[in-house]
Formats: sequence, structure tokens, C-alpha cells
Amino acid sequence: MTDPATPSSSVQRRPKKTDIDFIVDLIEPRARVLDLGCGTGELLTALQERKNVFPQGIEISEEAIHECVSKGLPVYHGDLDEGLADYNDGAMDYVILTDVIQVLYRPDELIREAARVGKKVILSFPNFAHWHARFQLGLLGHMPRTEQLPFEWYDSPNIHLTTIRDFKRMCRAEGFQILQELYLTGSFDRGFTRISVLPNLLAEQAVFVICR
Amino acid sequence: MSARLPVHSMTLTTAQPNSVGVVEPQFFTFAQPPDEMKLVSGKKLGPITLVYETYGTLNADKSNVILVEHALTGDAHVAGYHKDQTSKKPGWWDIMVGPGKALDTERYFVVCANCIGGCSGSTGPDSENPATGYPYARDFPIITIQDMVEAERHLLDHLGINQVLCVIGGSMGGMRVLQWTVSYPERIRLAIPIATTSRLSAQAIGFNEVGRQAIMGDPDWRNGNYKREGVIPNHGLAIARMIGHITYLSDKAMHNKFGRDLVESNGSTFTFNTEFATEFQVESYLRHQGSVFVQRFDANSYLYITKATDYFDLTQPSGSLRKELSRVQAKFLVISFSSDWLFPTYQSREIVKALRQNSLDVTFAELQTDKGHDAFLLESAQLSSLISNFLNYAID
Repeated sequence: MTDPATPSSSVQRRPKKTDIDFIVDLIEPRARVLDLGCGTGELLTALQERKNVFPQGIEISEEAIHECVSKGLPVYHGDLDEGLADYNDGAMDYVILTDVIQVLYRPDELIREAARVGKKVILSFPNFAHWHARFQLGLLGHMPRTEQLPFEWYDSPNIHLTTIRDFKRMCRAEGFQILQELYLTGSFDRGFTRISVLPNLLAEQAVFVICR
Repeated sequence: MSARLPVHSMTLTTAQPNSVGVVEPQFFTFAQPPDEMKLVSGKKLGPITLVYETYGTLNADKSNVILVEHALTGDAHVAGYHKDQTSKKPGWWDIMVGPGKALDTERYFVVCANCIGGCSGSTGPDSENPATGYPYARDFPIITIQDMVEAERHLLDHLGINQVLCVIGGSMGGMRVLQWTVSYPERIRLAIPIATTSRLSAQAIGFNEVGRQAIMGDPDWRNGNYKREGVIPNHGLAIARMIGHITYLSDKAMHNKFGRDLVESNGSTFTFNTEFATEFQVESYLRHQGSVFVQRFDANSYLYITKATDYFDLTQPSGSLRKELSRVQAKFLVISFSSDWLFPTYQSREIVKALRQNSLDVTFAELQTDKGHDAFLLESAQLSSLISNFLNYAID
């Protein structure tokens, strides 16, 4: 678990933040936030503590739901692949998908729904075009296994992996406006640093803020 | 809301031996003629007596009230024991109500009343009709879920309770939970409807009807006047209960409980005779449930209350649940059970959807269980911790 209370200390040479820190920074105080695939509510709790948001989550795992309720988070036990029909257009200031789109049957459908329900949508996903992955597939000739993507091809929940370039292409095709893009290098365990040079080759993780 | 430790963590068992101990039923009579209570049907009913029980202590500002709503054949006796009771069984939700339990009687003042139309102390078809001196029987007016809530509202007024911290109940109790939040939105802070629906499915109405036909087809029903004629339609009522019991379980639960086990374990053969005696364990169980039930429940009450659940339809009059819930203010915890086929999860999701479309604060959980509809009455660490954690945070 990340400790959101500990800011990047000045002792460290290169301050590293978790992916959650980067997302928390993007959100205004008191926003209405819907976290799709909220897990045990780590991001929502951080947002609640640091940005005083009105949180809501959707999560498929019963165990995670129990943990969210024990943290006082309003959560809905359900399957994201069934969509967001319960929500009115523009009901949320932010709809967030952190490391979720790659496990969906139809990421495009949920992203469209997220953009309908949320005034802004924040997406975070692993970049499949990172050099490490390219090296493994292109030179070594096997499916990439990285810190971000540790699974074997046959047991991976990630059925729709994408790259920064492909995601941008989708945004253009779907008419989504890209409001902000953050390219991160690092890992969930060690933390991330923001980069701007050759992101599709060097970034392990990408964070986009988009809207319709 | 700040981070704070939950009272019950998931690892604790909920089966704390703590009991509320010996409790005494109380009675409240109102709607004396000529001020009878007007019912949804347009008819009037009065005087009305409600039997109720309370557990815990009402705090000074009366802000710790939890109203428990019982299911179809439940009663006011939620927890603990009655002084003169013969059986060792505590109240019907003793697992949930008591010191240190999810509905912690050291913190909350828990109230439960037997619904009107019932037969456990509140005015129902078995009560004496002041006009005739005999039981009402079929002269008892048709009552609805809304009427039951209205009668309870009189009780809360009598107790001086303006706002309820939480109203909670399963099945038909969940219907009354929902009705409360619609009828008196400003009086309910938190609502926990469990294994319930905004309206019964055709399948559930069908099962209710088979139960009613079993009762009315019993020659001892005597057009409802069995009490007056000194008989009881035990057979019909027992069949209604047997059908009910099947719908409260699940295929898996029945398989686990009985399988194809035989009553006599001396061999695996059937008798192949035309006595049609009880051979399978499941038959024996259902017959037992039926025969126990007729000792405590009134056949006419069964007819009236099942009809009240059939008529319940929160989507009316507009036809839109979203619209009908638009005045609701409560914060919700909605719970369903994966193997409940009488009040399936999709019905809870419909409620949640309409609540969320009204921008209400809703938490929804579908608990994985093989136990079927009955799961809400059974010991479950998940159910208990969900409820206690929800209450814990919502109070801040």
C-alpha cells in the first residue's frame, strides 16, 4: 500500500511519486469523483483526505467492497462491462479508470460511457510500447513480462493492452479532447517520475485527462 | 469523514454470545373510533394495537434509534428471550441485535413492531372486531405495506421519536424500509434494505398465490370463519409454509442440507408402496416446518400479508421508480444475496439505479452465498461487518 501522507521528501535526489499522487494532483477540491474498478478504495481514500472530494466507486470483488465499506466509501458492487447506465450525463466531475481499461471486454464502450457521465475522464494504463516490452517481443521473440505486466500470456487479465500512440489514435477517432497527458517512468512499487522525451518508448505508464 | 477503525473487522466472528437477555413486549393502542386510521384502500381501521419490543437505551436527543422491520411471518420479538417462553430459541434476529453485535444495543435503541395484519400481538384478521365481538376474519380490510408503515409512524410519534437513525429489514421488511424513505423522507437518515425489491416479480406473486389457494382450499378454512366454527385450516397453512420454505432456500442449499438422503438410514431402498409416506429427508423437513408454523401463525394473516406484498409497487403511480424515489433523502446500504431467486439481485440493482439517478449516497453489495433468500436471517460475518461498518461511518 502506498502511504499518501508521506510527501516526496527533499532528502531524496529524485522525488518519486506513486501513480495515485499524480492523479490526486490533477483533481480540484470537492469534486464529484467516480472511480471505476476502485479496488479497496486506495485512490478514493487519498482523494477524500487530500482533496475532500465526494467519492464513489464501482468494484467487482466482494472482498474489496467490504474493505471500502469499512473505510466509509460509498461503493457499488458490479461489473464495469455492464456499463454506467445508472448515471446521468455529466453526473460526475471526474470519472477515473486506473489500470482498468486493459482488462475490459470493450474498453471503447466504457470510455465512451465514462466521457458521458464525467465532465472529465482520467485514464491511467501501462504503455505496451515501452522499450522493455518491445525488446522482449521484437528481439527475444516472446510475450513481454515486465514489472507492470507480470503475467503469462495464458493467465493475464490484460486482454486489451495498448500503447500511448494507439490511445491517442483512439482519442482522435472518437473525438475525445486530450486535456492533459502525463508520461511516467518507474513502477508501482518504486514510484514514478515524469518524463517528456520519447514517451512511447520510455514511459512505463501513461495518464491522460480527456473529455468529450 | 476521517479514518477510523471499524468496530467489527472482517476477521472477528460476529457470533458474540452477548444477548439482550429477557425482554418484555409492549403494547400501544391508537386510532380509537371515531379517529380510525384511514387505509390506502379507503377503508378505515381502529382501534389498532401494535405490539413492539425495544432493546438498548434511547439517548437524550433521541438520535440513536434503529427501526427493525420484520419479514412476512416475523414478529416484534427480534432478540433475547421472553420471561415465560418454553423454547430455547431467541428472537428472530438475535445474531444481529445485542451488545457488541452489528445493531449494537450498547449504542443504539432498537425498536421493532409487529405489522398490522399480523398475528403476533398487533391488530390483524384474528383480532376481535369491536363491531361483532368475533375475530375480524374476512371483515378485516385489505392492508398495504404503506398502511403498515403508517401504523408504525403512529408508534414513533407515541414514543416521541421524530427522526430514525436507521431503518433496516430484509424481504418484506425491506419493502417497509423502502416505503419509510418514500413516505417520510425527512424522518429517515439511513436505510438498509436487504434481499428485497421495489415490487414482486410475477414468479413471487405466483408462489404467494399457490400458498393462498392451499389455505382457501382447505375445508377447514370455512370462508375465513374457522375460529368462529372451532376449526383451523392447518393443512392448507402448512402447505403454504412448505412452498414458502422452498422459495427461501436455493437448489444448492437444499442439496447440501438434504441431498437425496432418506429418513430411515437402514438401507437405500424405497418402500414402493402407495402410502406416500415421508421417505426423503427433505420431505420430513418441510412437513416439520409446516407443522411448527401452524402453531404460531394465523391462516388469514397469511392471506392478508402475502396480498400486501403482492400489491406493493414502488414504481406507482408514475410508473417510474426514479420519479417515485425523487423525494427520498436517506443514505442507503442495499444488500442482496447471489443465490436468492425469490428476490434476485437484479431487483436490488433496480433500486440502486433509481437511487443513484436521484444523486443519493448509495452503497450496494451482493454477498456470495448458497443460502438463498433466507441468508439475511443467518449468521454471516460479511453481513454483520457490512452493516456495522456502514452505521459506524454514517454516524460521523
